[in-house]
Amino acid sequence: MSFKVLVPIKRVVDYAVKIRVKGDKSGVETNGVKMSMNPFDEIAVEEAIRLKEKGIATEVVAVSMGPKTCQETIRGSIAMGADKGIHVDGGTTDLQPLAVAKLLKKLVDKEKPNLVILGKQAIDDDSNQTGQMLAGLLNWPQATFASKVDIDKSSPNSVKVTREIDGGLETLSMKLPAIITCDLRLNEPRYAKLQNIMKSKKAELQVLTPQELGVDTNTNLKTISVEEPPKRTGGVKVDSIDAVITSLKKFALI
Amino acid sequence: MLNRIIKSTVNLSYKNKSLFQNSLVLQKRTFFNIVPDPSIGLTEDQKALQSAAVEFASEQLAPNAAKWDKEEIFPRDAMKKAAELGFGGLYVHSDYGGTQLSRMDTSLIIEALASADVSTAAYISIHNMCAGLIDKYGNADQKKKYLPKLVTMEHCASYCLTEPGAGSDAASLSTKAVRDGDHYILNGSKAFISGGGDAEIYLIMCRTGKEGPKGISCILVEKDTPGLSFGKKEEKLGWNTQPTRAVILEDCRVPVANLIGVEGQGFSIAMNALNGGRINIAAASLGGAQSALIFARDHVKDRKQFQQTLSNFQAIQFKLADMATQLYAARSMLRQAAALLDDPTVNNPHTYVAMAKLFTCDTCFKICDESLQLHGGYGYLKDYPVERFLRDTRVHRILEGSDAVMRILTSKDLLKDQ
Repeated sequence: MSFKVLVPIKRVVDYAVKIRVKGDKSGVETNGVKMSMNPFDEIAVEEAIRLKEKGIATEVVAVSMGPKTCQETIRGSIAMGADKGIHVDGGTTDLQPLAVAKLLKKLVDKEKPNLVILGKQAIDDDSNQTGQMLAGLLNWPQATFASKVDIDKSSPNSVKVTREIDGGLETLSMKLPAIITCDLRLNEPRYAKLQNIMKSKKAELQVLTPQELGVDTNTNLKTISVEEPPKRTGGVKVDSIDAVITSLKKFALI
Repeated sequence: MLNRIIKSTVNLSYKNKSLFQNSLVLQKRTFFNIVPDPSIGLTEDQKALQSAAVEFASEQLAPNAAKWDKEEIFPRDAMKKAAELGFGGLYVHSDYGGTQLSRMDTSLIIEALASADVSTAAYISIHNMCAGLIDKYGNADQKKKYLPKLVTMEHCASYCLTEPGAGSDAASLSTKAVRDGDHYILNGSKAFISGGGDAEIYLIMCRTGKEGPKGISCILVEKDTPGLSFGKKEEKLGWNTQPTRAVILEDCRVPVANLIGVEGQGFSIAMNALNGGRINIAAASLGGAQSALIFARDHVKDRKQFQQTLSNFQAIQFKLADMATQLYAARSMLRQAAALLDDPTVNNPHTYVAMAKLFTCDTCFKICDESLQLHGGYGYLKDYPVERFLRDTRVHRILEGSDAVMRILTSKDLLKDQ
């Protein structure tokens, strides 16, 4: 019985890089900066591969949207153990979460996965929207911020997900097909073996365009300016409680 | 002063955000974005291998290296993890689970691992030298029997050439192997054996024939063979994450099936293995020097004296520039020598390897030494990692062919008649 898992992944500025804002305030400097797979997406890929190793999933398909450089990231997931990679070539268009969700919906219609696992958010825009929007467009159940995913091998048509929420842990059961977004503590992603890294370089990727998928990627959202937070200024020492209260009132903090 | 507080706050917040227990975020991002960049001139495939090794090294080796050095721990679990990724059989054929990389690509991996822990990277290099030797010269039975466990580093290997009376003059070794039916009986002792006492597989160069190199053979001895014993664990200046012991053979009976290659081939097997080993030992020095350079650069941008950071003084700037220049030269030379070893049309790669090993190991030690100096008093403390890099890279100038032997090889080639 076939069980396909689709894992959307995003290529972002590496989490360890000290970011700088471009001089023209149009965004963060990405020229010559180290890029990597979004850490939450690595966790998603790892979870999908573990489902395959448990004998529940039979195929893991990784997909990424963006310029040609995305293909490196897709190959990274193949090196970890994904079976197939799809690249949606959006060129240099800025793809907002809604556009990504629309593209993913078309891919879901094509690929017919039983499960879509995403990272909960990308570390560059911190939107935390794509998974939820995709669930809305597909009218599928969703479980976000997953810290545990359980599928019963003998009846793989539903999934139990433990979510990390403000109040603690919530466990949901969903009928498949469904959407899961991953949080930090779900798993620790594996390192890719050197042999697999070499093999993934030769893997054939399927390349599509938004036009071929019939999706208009314009979401009527324009970034006007990106700025650094204001530089930290020095503080002021005060010597009595009254002076503290006066200062707090002066700076409109109370 | 405020700068330093904010800087350390920023560093700490990176530590808290650090996702996979990576407490050395700084080291991870500066292996590549400092001059000389070790990824310059590499193909995309090579860059991918190098990145994978750097990531593994900074997450799995760097956090523990100081502890392993101090407590003299042989980190077999970490090395097994490395082997899972393919680091245990770097140039072994993929039929036996090896990664089948070229000498050039292997040197990139060792250099990357050494940027976190020179001593452990050097042992991994020695282990690979032994596995590679069995892969190249062993017969099918031997390869099937020994390689799978060596490739996963479930078994570790030791290379036994040096003796108390035979170091640079390796061909004068006197450990004897006398044929007795379908066994050899080995008698003698080996000195300074890396992994000795802990490794499961010992490749012993011993004398089966007459004097000189042509009388030497390579025989594999397994650890619990009766007649094989070990000296005390040596206390060393560095390389403390690998045990070093004498290997003692007293009427040790070993099946003839354990002969690697043919009788009399041992010396050429040993020297060929050493060529690859020399590349990797030098690569380990490069990795260590890269880290030392990064530490020095970060320190002089941080440390203030005479109301300014040390990096404002031209003498310091010029010292760093010289260190970077020497490192770039050594790296370029070493990588070319590695590529020559891979090139079957070159018939004297050993001379180039000798020149590269000599220059690289000496230069990288000097870089580590300069880096320690730039740290001032702090460089002398074990709280700072630079002293460990100095101690570990010191021995690379001595073993796997001392500086003198490298010069002998080079001058011999220069002076010979065609």
